[in-house]
Amino acid sequence: MITRETIVNAVIALLLLAIPLVAMTLGEPFYVTLATRITILALAAVGLNIALGLGGLVSFGHAAFFGIGGYAAGILATHAFNAEPLFLGIEGTTSMPWIWLVAIAVCGLVALPIGAISLRTTGVYFIMITLAFAQMIYYFAISWPAYGGEDGLSLSVRNLFPFVSTAKPLPFFLICYGALMLAIILFLLLRGSRFGAALQTARQNETRLAAIGIAPFNIRLVAFVLSAMVTGLAGALFADLNRFASPSMFSWHMSGELIVLIILGGKGRLFGPLAGAMLYVLIEHVLGGITERWQLFLGLILLGVVLFARGGLLGLLAGKARHG
Amino acid sequence: MAACPCAEYGTTALSTALLIEQLLNGLQLGVMLFLMAAGLTLIFGVMGLINLAHGSLYMIGAFACAVTASATGSFWLGLIASLIAAAAAGAIVEVVVIRRLYDRDHLDQVLATFALILIFSEGSRWFFGSFPLYLDIPAALQGAVPLPGGGRYQLYRLAIIGVGIAVALGLYLLISRTRLGMRIRAGESDREMIAALGIDIQSLYTIVFALGAALAGLAGALVGALQSVQVGMGEPVLILAFVVIVIGGIGSIKGALTGAILVGLIDTMGRFLLPKTLALILPASQAGMIGGALASMLIYIVMALILAFRPRGLFAA
Repeated sequence: MITRETIVNAVIALLLLAIPLVAMTLGEPFYVTLATRITILALAAVGLNIALGLGGLVSFGHAAFFGIGGYAAGILATHAFNAEPLFLGIEGTTSMPWIWLVAIAVCGLVALPIGAISLRTTGVYFIMITLAFAQMIYYFAISWPAYGGEDGLSLSVRNLFPFVSTAKPLPFFLICYGALMLAIILFLLLRGSRFGAALQTARQNETRLAAIGIAPFNIRLVAFVLSAMVTGLAGALFADLNRFASPSMFSWHMSGELIVLIILGGKGRLFGPLAGAMLYVLIEHVLGGITERWQLFLGLILLGVVLFARGGLLGLLAGKARHG
Repeated sequence: MAACPCAEYGTTALSTALLIEQLLNGLQLGVMLFLMAAGLTLIFGVMGLINLAHGSLYMIGAFACAVTASATGSFWLGLIASLIAAAAAGAIVEVVVIRRLYDRDHLDQVLATFALILIFSEGSRWFFGSFPLYLDIPAALQGAVPLPGGGRYQLYRLAIIGVGIAVALGLYLLISRTRLGMRIRAGESDREMIAALGIDIQSLYTIVFALGAALAGLAGALVGALQSVQVGMGEPVLILAFVVIVIGGIGSIKGALTGAILVGLIDTMGRFLLPKTLALILPASQAGMIGGALASMLIYIVMALILAFRPRGLFAA
């Protein structure tokens, strides 16, 4: 059955695709970059939504994975550019698919111990311990001078993708768009799978899940790691978009922003992260054009959404979510 | 060997003095963190609220003190202003926003108070500009006192340690000996019941929130004289204060005190000792780099270790 939400989702997906195409015909490549930014932020938030939306795990530290993805791209490209092997004779690379693989793998490997320790706690403790782990990595990044320290790491050129000229804005947007759509499909498949059912039960009623013989801890850990991997991929793309891996990608403001995207769009919705990212970048762009102090108004809007419009943008457009 | 024992004596004496100085620095940081963490943990314990905007109240205290001190020339008036401004800001925020969040889940609380940070930070940047303000140490507390084993220590930092100990003692007396403290404790254990007993729980919440805010403001004002007063100064402290209350056990004042001193000492001593220790086994430049990076991560590592064994902190409520 086609619900109102499905129609809204389709419109949003097509709208995102239409913005850069129209912008290119009008000769305004800036809007392509803006759409790419929306796409990548949405991808990062789709990742977080696996943990937060499905599993109810309020990770306040996903900037860690976003940053690790970004630095994976930056470090590999720097080593390839300087023709220095990384370690154990492994060469750097400027090939996006390899960079993504490394970003995803490293995020998974880092998320495993972080998740294993953090998931021993619940509620506020979980929020704070994930925040603390992200801060730990942030401080490591700014105090480790080998890869730029506080100055970050510049990429001299955008990394390469087979048969696509990534330096042009539109092809790079399409790569990011493809990644986002794949991630949304992954989210949909996960949500409908047995694993997804177990994960959502872990959120709704942990005791019942345990009673039927499934350990909530393992389910949550897998979700946390998957979630980190998707966010890490977004980080790698983000570094390529800006040609810069910045330590601010690790900052706790970034973690907060990712949560904000999900809530602005509508918690627990398939397209919530994308709707939220569109709204967020729109607010940033429109208000940022009017006043330097746009964050003040962003704060007020956010406060309004949390206090009075709990369904977010999709709640407004597509009606209430079927389950809470 | 005995040619110049004086030089040898001199170096050990210097390093003892340095060690004592660093220990005192750690204690001073710990005491500062306690002022922040006490409010956070009290607000969480009584109202079940996680308040990210606590760092903004710290910043408000620092700005109020700097502005008042530069207008009147008196640090002490500035200190009073910081208490009043932070408490007032806390009370207003509680009545307008926070009150609506008590029944919400932690995610909503995180987001709403994150929004408050954006509002407060940009608001103060609008008001005071992006340039840092400076606050002088009051004349009475300038200078240094001699330390045992040679060396001297800044009097003002000692005074901060004194204030922190006094506040800890005051809070203990307030909570264990007064009627207000009795209500706070009752609110922690059963809020429906104390409302049913006819106690105005809403104004109790406002008072607790304003009290926590005043402590944060006091911390901001005191630290403002050591560093510069600027937008965003509250955020690093806020995150350290979170580490403190997570280590100590959220809701426990005793835990906040223990956690704060622990974090203050570990962080300061780590930064002091780690590069030196690594220098024994590594070349100097590498030791400095690795030691520095490790030291900045040290408290988070300690926190992870503590939580791995005691997931609800040292003094779980």
